[in-house]
Amino acid sequence: MRRVSSIAVAGIGIAALAFTTTACGGSSSDSKKDKGAAIAYDVGGRGDQSFNDAAYAGLAKAEKELGVKVDDQEPSEGESDADKVQRLTELAREGHNPVIAVGFVYAPAVKEVAKKYPKVTFGLVDDDTVHAKNVVNMVFNEEQASYLAGVAAALTSKSKTVGFVGGVENPLIKKFEAGYVQGVHDTDKSVKVKVQYLTQPPDYSGFKKPDLGKSTANGQLDAGADVIYQSAGKAGTGVIEAAAARGKWAIGVDMDQYKQAGLVKVKDKILASATKGVSDAVFNLIKSVKDGKPQSGTVRYGLKTGGVGLADSNPAYQKMTKVVEAVETAKKKIISGEIKVKTTP
Amino acid sequence: MKKTDEAKPDTATGGTTAGATSGTDGAGKATGGATAGGKRFSRDRMLLAAAGPVLALVVAVVLTSVVLLASGKSPFEPYTLMFEYAANADVQVLIINQASSYYLAALAVAVGFRMNLFNIGVDGQYRLAAMAAALVGANAGLPGPLNIALIVIVAMLVGAFWAGIAGILKTTRGVSEVVSTIMLNAIATSLIAYLILPEQFGVQPKGSNNLTTGDLPSSSWFPGIHVSDVAGDVYGFVFVAIGCGVAYWLVLNRTRFGFDLRATGASESAAAASGVDAKRMVLTSMLISGAVAGLAGMPVLLGDSHTYSLNFQTGIGFTGITIALLGRNNAVGIAFGALLIAFLDKTASTLDYNGYEKEIATIMQGLIVISVVVSYETVRRYGLRRQQRKVGEELAAAARATTTREEVPA
Repeated sequence: MRRVSSIAVAGIGIAALAFTTTACGGSSSDSKKDKGAAIAYDVGGRGDQSFNDAAYAGLAKAEKELGVKVDDQEPSEGESDADKVQRLTELAREGHNPVIAVGFVYAPAVKEVAKKYPKVTFGLVDDDTVHAKNVVNMVFNEEQASYLAGVAAALTSKSKTVGFVGGVENPLIKKFEAGYVQGVHDTDKSVKVKVQYLTQPPDYSGFKKPDLGKSTANGQLDAGADVIYQSAGKAGTGVIEAAAARGKWAIGVDMDQYKQAGLVKVKDKILASATKGVSDAVFNLIKSVKDGKPQSGTVRYGLKTGGVGLADSNPAYQKMTKVVEAVETAKKKIISGEIKVKTTP
Repeated sequence: MKKTDEAKPDTATGGTTAGATSGTDGAGKATGGATAGGKRFSRDRMLLAAAGPVLALVVAVVLTSVVLLASGKSPFEPYTLMFEYAANADVQVLIINQASSYYLAALAVAVGFRMNLFNIGVDGQYRLAAMAAALVGANAGLPGPLNIALIVIVAMLVGAFWAGIAGILKTTRGVSEVVSTIMLNAIATSLIAYLILPEQFGVQPKGSNNLTTGDLPSSSWFPGIHVSDVAGDVYGFVFVAIGCGVAYWLVLNRTRFGFDLRATGASESAAAASGVDAKRMVLTSMLISGAVAGLAGMPVLLGDSHTYSLNFQTGIGFTGITIALLGRNNAVGIAFGALLIAFLDKTASTLDYNGYEKEIATIMQGLIVISVVVSYETVRRYGLRRQQRKVGEELAAAARATTTREEVPA
């Protein structure tokens, strides 16, 4: 008899929950007033010294120069699309405009939420699949910047061995690899490229764990590499530290990492950085919304427009005139279309 | 209730206890039930069973408040915020949907626990199962309901297969399932990463940086209950999950197999002596555990994402372990556990908007796990001591009664 009643309790409990759901008319999505711009980060979040921080830099710049209010939100470990939908919905509901989703993983969520809030402009970084009037797809030619990094690496290497450390082996990071390897081999066929990825999706910890980056980089250094290019988010800082500790070169990614406060101790060994103008893209979008002429459709950032490039803040790099020249020549050739950079390895 | 209690004669306990039991009513009955190894409910046992989780929750809340105080924040406001947030229909939908995945994963773990097997591999099992099922579903091209059935069956088979590897390793080579299932998780990750490459079975939609297994035809989407445009749908699979809970309870408590399973879990040698093939039980329960684990990815696959992509939800299997512990492997307990953890997960995001760190919820989940383990053990020991004392008193009373009777004629 007791057993029956325990099932009954369960049934009533579940039914009660279902009822509260249906009975409760309100939802967390009733709109409020203007709250300015907001971004939702990708795996790794703030403090990765690269991708997400680049987005934040754009946001911070908008706050300073445009005087817009800003907010930012971090994802949780192993969350589902439903959580991303909720995060974007929440930001739109709070009255944020634009709402910028950093990372291709947000694509399904943006698609869903953009429909619910047609008056809000949604930005989507690194993805070009969501086509709606109020969605801006911001995509980059990472392979072009990576090509330049490859040229610089090939010419700087003395051991004729260079390395590439990718965070997570997904199509996006493979674009970095493809451009880099092509850049190295176009410059000097005899240079060997060691390519390694930290984790396989859906294990995204390869973007988050500097220790993983460090040990992998050490492996490549042991194998004779003396220039390592990384595209691994926060884990990339481990790669840079490992290279610097041995007096070898590292190439930064996404932002001009030479200028990053978190990397000030090792900046002398950051040869250059293959930049990806996430910061500018974010800023431009916020500005367009502020000006009342929101962007729409696909906005592509390449070498031509300065959306990607090779940052040369390190004085040591600027002194290598031969390398600088070769990179400049390659840049011109890519812009003119003489060099076509592959997007897959 | 009293009636049923009295109707059941205490066969297993000796005459002394039986005599005393009828005098002390329910409380004494618990002793009798416990020694008999049967599952007889009494108010006392129910209270003790509820005391564990309640104590754990209270301790977790208090400790979380201490953490909040230590970091200079209000020790109570986060709870209010979370409850207020949970009052919204869309958040409730989110909680229920998430709880369905958690529930299935926890059932899978619980099947193992009941058999004294620790299946840590639920995470790998459900991911591999979801991937394979999504792949088959996207390409099989069967009409609607048939395709859904195929997807679910494939998921269960793949989950069972992956768990079965650990089962076979245990029965044939004596490999601990804890070790093998953890390793199988890592292998599943690599295997999925390989299979989802465009060179194998993966699809990279144009302009996307994601990899998927292709979209399920819309006829294969599991219909949900539409709540409102903003709140979205409650997954239809929620009800399948509830059905699984009922089946779990029925099989474990109402079938010969369930009895064998629990008996083997309680004492392998005793079960063997009563004619249960322990090895076969290990393999069978691993297979069942894996098959249920395979279902854990289905609510999301059939109700929301309709494809397995690089951002398919991970970690459900590990959360399932927490929930199975919290729910004491009991079908109803697990349901509450799943709802609680889903509640913490989903309402945590509101903390970020209100100046708190959402990791508070993560801290709380961690504290719940610790306090659950500690409080269950505390309550168990308390119950044991109480029981011993009671039996001791009864024996003493019986002894006194005998001596007085003996003394009288002398």
